[in-house]
Amino acid sequence: MDINLIFRIAGIGILISVLNMVLKQAGKEEQAQMLTLAGVVIVLFMVIQLIQRLFTDIRSVFGF
Amino acid sequence: MPFFATLGFILLVTILLIILRHDRPEIAMLLALAATAVIMVGLLKNVSEILLVFEDLAVKANVNTNYLKLIIKIVGIAYLAGFGAQICKDAGENSMAAKIELAGKIFILTMGIPIMVGILDLILKVF
Repeated sequence: MDINLIFRIAGIGILISVLNMVLKQAGKEEQAQMLTLAGVVIVLFMVIQLIQRLFTDIRSVFGF
Repeated sequence: MPFFATLGFILLVTILLIILRHDRPEIAMLLALAATAVIMVGLLKNVSEILLVFEDLAVKANVNTNYLKLIIKIVGIAYLAGFGAQICKDAGENSMAAKIELAGKIFILTMGIPIMVGILDLILKVF
């Protein structure tokens, strides 16, 4: 079970929240927006691999 | 995957989701997606064992295995459609969830129609 991946995603989320707060306090709204976007893309890359594994597994189990 | 491991895993993910949902809803959604995928991959091993038993029973009972394979495929589609619809509902996109459910129903119907036609043909032959 990939518990490490879950922790990594949650960690990235918390880190981005903190960095976002810092950037907003410093008045850099645009950079905060870009940071949010970058975080989503990084996490999406991790999740997409998992989804791909899920789909191949389902294909092999249910005989598609 | 043992049951208690699954339970603990889900409770842990719930706690992480509560922490994240407040200020990062998009990452919370991705986390939920990842957790669902991990759980489903874990459960698929058990599902495949169950399906093997069913196939064994069908062979013993001389049931046409093509029909059983079709039914298993339909179960797979229902499983995936439920997975997708649940993720969409969690993200608050109820209309997209409804679309996934509609697509699942239509695909299941298209796969099930040959069986229905077969039954009707059989009935016509008898009478």
